[in-house]
Amino acid sequence: MEIFLVLGSPLLGGVLLALWGHRARAAELNVAMSCITFLAAALLTWRVIANGPMITADAQFAVDALNVFLVALTAFVAMTTAIFSRPYMRIEAAHGRLTDGRLRLYHAMYQLFTFTMLLVLLTNNLGILWVATEAATLTTVLLVSLYRTPASLEAAWKYFILCGVGIAQALFGTILLYFAAERVLGAGGDALLWTRLSAVSGSLEPTVISIAFVFLLVGYGTKVGLVPLHNWLPDAHAEGPTPVSAVLSGLLLNVALYALVRCKVLVDGSLQSPFAGNLLMGFGLLSVVVAAFFLSRQRDIKRLFAYSSIEHMGLITFAFGMGGPIASFAGLLHMTVHSLTKSAIFFAVGHATQKAGTQIIDEIQGLMKVNPTVGWGLLLGSLAILGMPPFGVFASEFLILTDAMRHQPWATPILLISLAVAFAAVISKVQPMVFGHPRTDTPLKRLPFTPAQIPLYVHLSIVLMLGLYIPPPLAEWYRQAARLIG
Amino acid sequence: MSSTQALLAPSLPSQLINLLAAVMLLIAFAMLAQRRVLTLINLFAVQGLILTASTLLVAWTTSQPHLYWSALITLVLKVLVLPLILHRLIRKLNVKWDVETLIKIPTTMIVGIVLVILSFNLALPISALSGTVARGTLGIAIAIVLLAFLMMITRSKAVPQVIGFLAMENGLFFAATSATYGMPMVVELGIALDVLIGMVILGVFFFQIRERFDSLDIRHLEKLKED
Repeated sequence: MEIFLVLGSPLLGGVLLALWGHRARAAELNVAMSCITFLAAALLTWRVIANGPMITADAQFAVDALNVFLVALTAFVAMTTAIFSRPYMRIEAAHGRLTDGRLRLYHAMYQLFTFTMLLVLLTNNLGILWVATEAATLTTVLLVSLYRTPASLEAAWKYFILCGVGIAQALFGTILLYFAAERVLGAGGDALLWTRLSAVSGSLEPTVISIAFVFLLVGYGTKVGLVPLHNWLPDAHAEGPTPVSAVLSGLLLNVALYALVRCKVLVDGSLQSPFAGNLLMGFGLLSVVVAAFFLSRQRDIKRLFAYSSIEHMGLITFAFGMGGPIASFAGLLHMTVHSLTKSAIFFAVGHATQKAGTQIIDEIQGLMKVNPTVGWGLLLGSLAILGMPPFGVFASEFLILTDAMRHQPWATPILLISLAVAFAAVISKVQPMVFGHPRTDTPLKRLPFTPAQIPLYVHLSIVLMLGLYIPPPLAEWYRQAARLIG
Repeated sequence: MSSTQALLAPSLPSQLINLLAAVMLLIAFAMLAQRRVLTLINLFAVQGLILTASTLLVAWTTSQPHLYWSALITLVLKVLVLPLILHRLIRKLNVKWDVETLIKIPTTMIVGIVLVILSFNLALPISALSGTVARGTLGIAIAIVLLAFLMMITRSKAVPQVIGFLAMENGLFFAATSATYGMPMVVELGIALDVLIGMVILGVFFFQIRERFDSLDIRHLEKLKED
C-alpha cells in the first residue's frame, strides 16, 4: 500500500504539474508533492522497520533494509531540493534565463525523475529496473538542456548518447542474466525477479553470469560515472540548472550504483569467487585516482564538485567491491553522507553563482563578505566533503580506509594519496572563494527573491550528527543492509 | 537426449531464421556504408521488418504466444512509427538530402569485420548452453549491436547517430529472441515505451540544436573541453 503511495505521488505530481503549467503556485505544488512523497516514504520505512521486509503486488515490488534506506534518502533529498529550487528557479526566471514554458517542463520532469528513481529502488524485476533507469536518463535530458545555451545542448546530447549507449549494454547484460535464470526458473516474468534469483543464485550458470556482469557493470557504471565512462557527468552537472545538478549528484548516481550492487549480489552467489568485487574495486579505485587528479584543473565551480562526485562514487564502489560487513556498512554510510553533503554544496554553489552571475571560480571571490550564510555553507560543505572531522564523511572514509588496510593493503596508499590530492585541489579553490577579496569591479546584484537557506543547513547538520553519533536504530539498519550486500 | 538431438539437426525453420539473421547482418553493414540519411532510415525500417519476420518465425516454430506480441510491438514501433517520425523529422529539419562526407568507408568495413569475428567468439560459450532454435544467431545479434555502435562513433551528424542507436536496440531485441525466446512481456513493453519516449525527446532536442546552431552537425557540439 505504502509502496503505491510512494510511487503514485511523484507520478501524479508530474501529471498535475504538466497540466498546471506556469500558473501561480506551480513551485509550491512541486514542493507539496515532494513533501507527500517524503511522508509516504517515511511511512514505508517505518512499516519495514516494524514488520521486516515485504514483497507485494505479485512479487513485482520488494522492500528490504537495503532499498528502503535509499528510498528514504531519495525522497528526503528530492524534497529539500524542491524547497531549494522554489526561489532558485524564480530568480533564474527573473534573470531572464527561463521562460514560463520551460519552468513547466522543469517542474513536471522533476517529479517524473523522482518517480523513476523510486521505481528503480522499489522494483523487484530486473527488467523493470533497467526500464526505469533508462527512463531516469530520459527525464533529465531536457532538464540538462533547460537553458538552451550551446554548452547546455552539447552537455545534454553527450548525456543522452553516452548514457543511452551505456544503458544498452546493461540491457544486454539483463538479457544474458535472464538467459541464465530461465534455465533454472523457467521462462516467464518470474525469472527476472530479484528475490527469486537471489534464492537460486548458486545454480546460475557461472560463465554466462560473469559475461552478463561485465555488460551490466559497463551499463550501470556509465550512469554511476565510473572512470573511464564518466565523460558525460561533469558537463551535465555544470550546464544544467543547479537543482538538477544537486539531484543528479546526490541521487541518480546512488540509484545507479544500487542497481549495480543488486546485480553484484547475484553474481557473487553464482560464482563463489571475488570476480565481481575485484572488478568493482578496480573501477572504483581508478575513478578515485583520475577524479582526484582532474580536480585541480577545474575552473568552473560546478565542474569541480562534479569531479568530486566521481571521486566519491569511486570510493563507494571500491568499498562495495571490497565487501564484508565493515566495508559495506561504510559504503552505505558514505552513500548517505555524500548525497546529503553534495546536494548541500550545490545549494550553496547555486546561490553563489546566482549572486556573482558566473560559474567561473576566479570570478566568485570573497563570499564571506558578500553573503556570509552562503559563504559558511560552502566552506562547511567543502570541509565536510573533503572528510574533515567531525563530519560524517570522515567517519565513513575512516572506516573504508581502515578496512582497506586490513583486507586490501595495496590499495590504501593509493586511496590516501588521492584523497590528499583532492583535499589540496578543492581547498585551494574554495579558500579564495570564501575568504578572498570581493571583486570590486563587479557590482553585486540584489537577488529578486530570498534564497532558501534552510535545506543547506539541515543537510549539513545531519551530516555533522552522523559524524558524531549514529543513532542505534540507524546503525542496525545499515548493518542489516550491509548483510544483504555481503 | 533425443529431443536435444532433434533440435541440433538444422531444421527448415532454424535455417530460415539463420537466413534472416544473415540478412540483418548484411543490412547492418549496408547502414555502416550508407552516407545518405534518407536511405539510412529506409534501411532501418527494413531491418525492423526482418526482425519482425524472424520473431514471428521463432514464435510459430516454438508456439510461444507472447512472442507474437513481441513481433507486433516490433512491427508497429520499428517498422512504422519510428521511421515515420524520422521521415517527418528530416523533412521538417530540411536534412533530407544530407550526405555524410567525412567517413572512410573501407576502413570502417574492415573494423566491422573484426567486430563480427569478435562477437562470434564472445557468443560461442553462451550459445553452446542455449537450447533455442535460434541459438546460432546470437553471434550475429552481438555483431549487429557492435556494428551499430561503430556507426554511432563514426558519424558526425545527429540523425545517423540516432539511427545507430536504434539499430543497436534492434540487435538487442534480436539477441533476446535468439538466446531466450524474448524477455518477459512487461519488460518488453517497458523497453518499447522507453524507445518511443526517447525518440520524442530527441525530436524536441533536434529542434533545439537546430535553433541554436543552424545545423544538425554535432561537430558544433565539441566545445566542452575535457579538462
